Parts: sequence; structure tokens; C-alpha cells
Amino acid sequence: NTVMAAQMTNAHRRFLQVLMSNGITEGSEARKLHQHCCETDKVYYAHDKLDDFISTINSHLQPLFMQIRKGISEDDGRAHYAVVNLAETEVTKMASDYTEIELELFRKTMDLIILSENGFASSTDILNLADQLKTKKMKKKEAEQVLKVFVEDKWLSEKFLISMLVSLKNGEYTLHTRCIIEMEQYILSNYQDVARKCNICRSLAIQSQVCESCGIGMHLPCVRKYFRAQTEPRCPNCNEFWSCDIP
Amino acid sequence: VSELVQFLLVKDQKKIPIKRTDMKHLVQDYKGAYTEIMNKAGRTLQEVFGLQLVEIDSKRHTYILINNLPQAEGQYLCRDKEKMGLLLVILSFIFMKGNSVKDTSREPSGGWGTLDTPLGTPQNPLGHPKTPSHLYRYLEITPIPLTDPPEYKYQWGPRAEKETSKKDVLNFVAKVRE
Repeated sequence: NTVMAAQMTNAHRRFLQVLMSNGITEGSEARKLHQHCCETDKVYYAHDKLDDFISTINSHLQPLFMQIRKGISEDDGRAHYAVVNLAETEVTKMASDYTEIELELFRKTMDLIILSENGFASSTDILNLADQLKTKKMKKKEAEQVLKVFVEDKWLSEKFLISMLVSLKNGEYTLHTRCIIEMEQYILSNYQDVARKCNICRSLAIQSQVCESCGIGMHLPCVRKYFRAQTEPRCPNCNEFWSCDIP
Repeated sequence: VSELVQFLLVKDQKKIPIKRTDMKHLVQDYKGAYTEIMNKAGRTLQEVFGLQLVEIDSKRHTYILINNLPQAEGQYLCRDKEKMGLLLVILSFIFMKGNSVKDTSREPSGGWGTLDTPLGTPQNPLGHPKTPSHLYRYLEITPIPLTDPPEYKYQWGPRAEKETSKKDVLNFVAKVRE
């Protein structure tokens, strides 16, 4: 009993092209784009059929180990779509675009962000990572200097910003929503013991508020939603008074 | 095939032309099947992404991906809208001046003064930090011999030829002049 995958039309291709060039697309934008593509290429449009539309594209992307995936932004709680790679070797796939030093730096930056209390790393922290940088080709002193130039001149951080690996918020770095959508599985399996899961929605939480008593974490938008209906903010796990400022 | 397709997409995102030798290197484990894999990858790119693999340099065997889909109205263009806008201005300027422009500096002389954005050096007209636009093959910048300080000639590059039609440029110029 095989189900025939729906055909790709120019509307699907156009949608995919724009999604890819955007990097990440917010939910309402995606819906507008869906309409625009169907109208431009004179394909049947129904405003509630975006999921089916995307499924069609995904069925054709699957043999290429790619997928249009939906994720929730940790900043505003809104759904965002991104075209991601499914292959586990995510970080090694990047290898062709980055030098050894840059890859190492990104891995260490990611460690820092995930291990931190609130999901952020300052540029000073990242600079200090130079001390831990191990490269066969460069001596530590050299590596330090190169790194200083990169981060202080913002070139390296800009490279990570442009490729949507990290984003900058109030002068500190955290993982970009796009990076989280793409690498959630990778992070959950490689950082099993330290990566936090939101107590409310159960997804990976990079930026989070943490209960002082029992240590559970929640996304900021999830905190906002959860405590909206409560008179007194109390931890859903241990019932202690919630000490962080409600966003 | 999927590896080749991904490789081509990544390279194209950066707008750097793809060399045939690089592609061959990627599929070297499948000796003899290169042409077949290339063809399949090309068909996949067309069917799934609406992109076409086109050779722009038959001597050096370099390729780019161009958009196969019919042109749509404005809004949903690529991310570098500002750069593309500026590029279009430059291309139209070159076109209106008879397809070839030479200039030592990018100062107001010759009509560049209408552009408010800083343009960078002659090698780097769009001021992009690391990759000059001629590397993207939008512009062909050739140094004029025996000039001091060095002067450059600006023409449309092969990617501009393939991606934009002179008609589109005329439409653009007409709109700007309105």
C-alpha cells in the first residue's frame, strides 16, 4: 500500500528557494510566502494547508538528507522554519566552510553556552577560550594572537553571526534559533547530561530561567505563558517561590 | 548524488563558482560514474529546487547555479537585497555607458555620485569585506595595462549575463527614472 508523493510544482520550488536564502523564516512570513508562491505559479492554495505543502517538499528532500523543520524561538516563542541537514555529522559538514581554528572555537563556544546558567557567553569568555585551543599547526601564543584579532575585530563572531550559528543579545552570544533547530538532536545526544530541557515544553532549552531550589529550567516564553494564569509564581516542580523576574 | 547536490547548494549560497575538478574530487570513489552522477544531480536540482547548473567558463570548466523559475514580483528576493540593489545600479550604469566603464576611483565623477553607500576600493566595488563582487562573477574587472595609478575596466561578468537580462536592467532604469 504505497502512497504517491505529491508532485513538486514551481510554487513548492519557489517556497524552498526563499526559505533557503532566508536562513530562517518566521511562521507568519512562511504563511504569506506560501500564498505568494501559490498565486505566482497558479497552484491551488488553501490557507490551512501549509503543513501539507511543506510535507510534499520534505518528501522530495528526504533522499537528500534535508528537511524543512519547524522550531520555536527562545526569544519570542514564535514558530520559525528552516531548511536543515539531517545527517548526524553536522559539525563535520561545516568543516569545509571553516578553518580548523574556527571549528574548534565554535565547538568551545557551544560548550560554553550550553554549560552556562543562562545560555550566554560574553566575548571575554570566548577570548579566554584561546587558552584552551589546541591546534597542531599553531603554537599556543600564535593561536592566542590570531584569535584576539578575530574576536576583537568581530570578524570571526560576524562569520558565526552571518551563518546563523550564534546571535548577539545585549552584548553576549547565544546559539541562534536556526542553529538550535538544526542541531537540537546533536546537542541532546552529545551533551546528554548537561543540556537542559524545558520543564514545560520538553524541548532543548539553551536560554533558560532556572529554579534556585530544584534546578529545573524553562524557556523564557514558556515561563511567561505558564505564570500568566498564576497569582503567585511558583516552580511547577518543587513549588518553591520563583525567584527570577518573569519576562 | 545527495552529497554532490548539497555541495553545489552550499557553494552556490556563497556565490562562488564551482570548479569541475572539485566536483570530480567529491565523487572520486565512484570512478567512471561521474557523468551519470552529474546528470542526476542536475536533474534533482531542477526538480526539487528549480535551479539549473550552468557552465560559465568552458576553458576552466566552472559552473554556477541559476534560478530556473519564472521571475516573480519584487518582495521575496534574496537576503542580500541591499547589495543586489546596488549591484543592479552598477550593472545598469555599465550597460547604459555602452557595456564597458573605466574609472580609477569610485568618486562622484561619471554619475556614481547618486549612490549614497560607500563603495570601497576599485577591486571591491561593493565594499564586501572578504569577497569581491567580481569573484562572484557579477562583474568583470580587468586592469588596464600601462596605467599608473592603475585603472580598471568594468564589464558585466558571466553570472550577471546569465541571471539578468538587459531587458530587466532597462526596466529597472526606467523605474528609477520615474
